[in-house]
Amino acid sequence: MEKNIPTIRQAMEAKGYSRRDFLLFCGLATAAAGLELSGLAQVVQAFETKARPPVVWLHFQECTCCSESFIRSTHPIVADIIFDTLSLDYTETLLAAAGAQAEKCRDDTIKNNQGKYILLVEGSIPLGNEGYCMIGGKSAEQILKEAAAGAAAVIAWGSCASTGCVQAASPNPTTATPIKKIINKPVINVPGCPPIAEVMTGIVTHILLFGKMPELDSQGRPKEFYSRRVHDTCYRRPYYDAGLFVEAWDDEAARKGYCLYKMGCKGPTTYNACSVTKWNGNLSYPIQSGHGCIGCSEAGFWDNGPFYQHLGAFPGFGIESTADTIGVTAAAVTAGGIALHALTSNLRKRKLIEKNKEESVVVAPISEETDKKEVVETEKGGDEDGKSSS
Amino acid sequence: MAAEIQTIPYRRVYVWELPVRIYHWLNALSIVVLIITGYLIGNPQAIFNANEAYQQYWFGWVRFLHFTFSYIILFNFVFRIYWGFVGNRYARWDRFVPHRWSQLRDLWETIKTDIIQTKVHGRSIIGHNMLAGVSYFVLFHIFLLQTITGFALYSSMSNSFFPRLFAWAVPLFGGDAWVRQWHHLFMWFFVVFTIVHVYLVFYHDYFEGKGTTSSIIGGWKFERDDDIKNR
Ligand code: SF4
Repeated sequence: MEKNIPTIRQAMEAKGYSRRDFLLFCGLATAAAGLELSGLAQVVQAFETKARPPVVWLHFQECTCCSESFIRSTHPIVADIIFDTLSLDYTETLLAAAGAQAEKCRDDTIKNNQGKYILLVEGSIPLGNEGYCMIGGKSAEQILKEAAAGAAAVIAWGSCASTGCVQAASPNPTTATPIKKIINKPVINVPGCPPIAEVMTGIVTHILLFGKMPELDSQGRPKEFYSRRVHDTCYRRPYYDAGLFVEAWDDEAARKGYCLYKMGCKGPTTYNACSVTKWNGNLSYPIQSGHGCIGCSEAGFWDNGPFYQHLGAFPGFGIESTADTIGVTAAAVTAGGIALHALTSNLRKRKLIEKNKEESVVVAPISEETDKKEVVETEKGGDEDGKSSS
Repeated sequence: MAAEIQTIPYRRVYVWELPVRIYHWLNALSIVVLIITGYLIGNPQAIFNANEAYQQYWFGWVRFLHFTFSYIILFNFVFRIYWGFVGNRYARWDRFVPHRWSQLRDLWETIKTDIIQTKVHGRSIIGHNMLAGVSYFVLFHIFLLQTITGFALYSSMSNSFFPRLFAWAVPLFGGDAWVRQWHHLFMWFFVVFTIVHVYLVFYHDYFEGKGTTSSIIGGWKFERDDDIKNR
């Protein structure tokens, strides 16, 4: 029923790539998957024998920036994994077929490759209303669940599919939901708005090579790309440790390229590979071009506070109130309360104070005559000022 | 001139044992250092800005201090929990956790005497009163949250096993940004607590004259004989 699926090598040869190209591709794939050069033989063997897996790429609530990022992968042959080497059997954005034909294309791929195809999902699912994002009479949720059921691996591209991104930002009008909350299957989350092209290709390569998911952290992100913070490998980090910060966008420190921490850089709370892999062919990344990190690969980054301020606003305390505003207010209120308490205590307890003073004894200075003899006198209402009442 | 001579006998009571005093001051030092360094980490000041990066590492040192004292305050506290089981009656764990009716009565009595002040002269309580005990108990919980959030933040920059025990808290709070936010807010709780704590020590010392302030230095409090008898 199904045509014999060619191996990756066969597929490349059919496209006119030479063996030299194939080996170069294997070399890049080895690097992308984070293997040592000695792993090359293994990679070559895998690609010569493994059938290229079919791919279904679904789009829901998103802006297609993940696709845009992906097709700009700087290792063109690695980018070809999807477009030439993999069989991209269904993706709305690049699909030639239309209407019922397109739907059939998707259904066939799913039906004929049960347990074999890779499902790539871009965008969040609007659970708020079935009508949003409905394609061919099927709700987004339904399409996703059907496609996920028989998938060998599910990858959530970008922050939309991983955490909800801008659609899920408060007040989340469409109840945009990340896909891992909808399907009960392990999902590889690849957050970022968009994710880095090389990270995307690296993950697909990993699955191609090993036939299994890369190692994931507690939030479902591949450890090889998301285990460190942007801050940890940022080239401006020495300025951070030295306490040299940009204070304004146009100050001398900004010209010198000091750390952008005080300009609201979210590098210290953001897990991504930007400062290592960089963007656009290792050319640059936001901090290198003078702008702080906005933390686009962190869950709910739209609601994590202003981009240009370090501490975010606290929910329920107005937009501008940070933890410090709340803290200073609390401290001031406390100080006021204390002053009031001290005042009322002195008024209410004046009898006690008087009584205490009455109990006070006056110890006479030791003179030569009374050297051995203790002289203790009690003076009514006496205090050191000698305001004696008797 | 003088009326009749009146003698009011007082007794020394050894309230705060040496380990409790050491705990207290180490804790106080740690809290002060952690608040200052923590605030600086959140809001670094533009000092030493004329230098080049290779000439200094002050922000690194501030962070180093913060991390070091976080360990000190934590293990100091762990020790204090232990002492809550072996220490004297004023240091025992049950002075912090109201679980008997008489303690609730004490709590209410303290509120009446010291807070709403419907009562001028309260019953004398040796050690800390129940209201103080309860507020320390609340403080311990905030301290726990502060430890969790702090070490959770630290876990991503440490290879040591200990901070990693707290990494689970990051997704729970919704990412590092929120962990940081809460960690910062809890800091203010300690600021407020310190202000109130110091004020109340002065307050008690002033109204009761039992040497509250100095008791945490020397360990002794002074109680009237009849107060001890009437307990
Ligand atoms: S610029 Fe941002 S990521 Fe880089 S060192 Fe400064 S705070 Fe960290």
